[in-house]
Amino acid sequence: MNDNTHAATLDRPPPQAYTYADLSRLMSYMTGDEKHSASATSTLDVLWVLYDRILRIDPAHLDDDARDRFLLSKGHGPMAYYAILAAKGFFDPKLLRRWCRPDSPLGLHPDRNLIPGVEISSGSLGHGLPLAVGMAAGLRARANPARIFCLVGDAELDEGSNHEAIAVAPRLVRGLDALTVIVIDNQSSSLTWPGGIAKRFEVEGWSTATIDGRDHASIESALTEPHRGRPRAVVAVVEKKS
Amino acid sequence: MSEEMRNRFASVTNELLDTNERVAIVLADISGDKFKEAQQKHPFRRINVGIREQLLINVGAGMALADMRPIVHTFAPFLVERAFEQVKLGFAHQGVGGVLVSIGGSYDTPAYGRTHQSTGDVALMATLPGVRIQVPGHPDEVDRLLRNAVASTDIVYIRLDATTNSAPHAAEDGRLKVVRQGADGTPTIIAVGPMLDRVLEAAEGMDATVLYTATVRPFDAAGLRKHMTDDSVAIIEPYLEGTSAGVISAALADRTHRLLAIGVPNIEFRQYGSIEHHDRAHGLDAAGLRARIESWLTPVAA
Repeated sequence: MNDNTHAATLDRPPPQAYTYADLSRLMSYMTGDEKHSASATSTLDVLWVLYDRILRIDPAHLDDDARDRFLLSKGHGPMAYYAILAAKGFFDPKLLRRWCRPDSPLGLHPDRNLIPGVEISSGSLGHGLPLAVGMAAGLRARANPARIFCLVGDAELDEGSNHEAIAVAPRLVRGLDALTVIVIDNQSSSLTWPGGIAKRFEVEGWSTATIDGRDHASIESALTEPHRGRPRAVVAVVEKKS
Repeated sequence: MSEEMRNRFASVTNELLDTNERVAIVLADISGDKFKEAQQKHPFRRINVGIREQLLINVGAGMALADMRPIVHTFAPFLVERAFEQVKLGFAHQGVGGVLVSIGGSYDTPAYGRTHQSTGDVALMATLPGVRIQVPGHPDEVDRLLRNAVASTDIVYIRLDATTNSAPHAAEDGRLKVVRQGADGTPTIIAVGPMLDRVLEAAEGMDATVLYTATVRPFDAAGLRKHMTDDSVAIIEPYLEGTSAGVISAALADRTHRLLAIGVPNIEFRQYGSIEHHDRAHGLDAAGLRARIESWLTPVAA
């Protein structure tokens, strides 16, 4: 099923220490411009902290069953995601320059069957969080202690499918506490969320935090806070989408 | 409605839960009472999400992504039609498998009306590349097809029906099986799943070959070519008329052929009553089938 015709171009590069400062240049391989709009980078800081400090995933052992799972549900604007995967050695940064060409594994929405380290194919909104709930339930059923992180957008929460997942996750076996959802809030939901996004999770029994989505120390501490018996929702607020 | 197929599905699934730790059952309330014991025995592998079908499908798909073999079950319209994008993206596009088992058939609960009827489920599922679609005609077929489905890694849709044939017939490998051999140069009639008994009754005294299958995707094109002895083929399906016309035409693309596709007509049929009433109204009882087949076989003056 996983007929990967891109294997030849997906050799991982030799270890090279990319830093946060390199991401703008890596993204420019795709956008052609070193300056990026706030919406193109709304996920950048959270993704960087996840891949730099939180996730236990070894690009050399992607089939390790104990690896943490990261699910990018908000598949739109994946430049920051691709840049970070390249920076962290999942694939050769040279691939970024060829994105969206017919034979490139990198499209406007990521495909798990084409890109090493991508856990779900996304693009249509409102699928990642329900899949993450199933994945967390499946790993728990197998007594696999891996953690599951899922990133969604505040406008993506408009999709009702998310609310089925938000209601159910805390009431499944042992509160599905391997699951953490990060909501990138760039205030792009057309009808907004009166009372705040965290409330929607809190009332269903989630452990929640609302933080500055640009502040690396806050992101790290919010994502490492213990939440035994409950899933965790971290709302990361960034600049309003222009 | 007859519960035979549904009960067999439940007993086999309960057995598989006991013997295979990768198997999980995902429910949306429907049939929950048949998995009460499993809830105690396998609390992590018997999941009920309540009345939330989008989540039902994606929890199954997410479990498949975590290397489990999910069996996902509810009424056909809610399993296939209500959350079809979840089936398309959660299973097919991610590239993972799962076993989707529906009850309700096309109109197993006629008094519930159109909301609980799904004639288009097979046509819709057939839009997914590589999917296996099983339409068993007997509880023993449910037993075997379900075990095979769970043992595979495919996306398998199993459509349970209230109507059953008097005996099981499905071939192990999903091939068309000759139930009645006609003379050379006579038409071929394919009966799908629960339609077999009435097709045999309708074809009583007709010189024709009757083939049977419970596997409509992938369709046994080679078997059809082998068994046909003239240019006429009819297919009788218990769901939307014409659902398999395309795969049969494709199988015979290089031959001059005549094709009669019979199934449930594509109409809003706003009547209640019984299954038998609906069968009669749609011309899907033995007498109705016989009339349509005979008229198709009668040469029309040019």
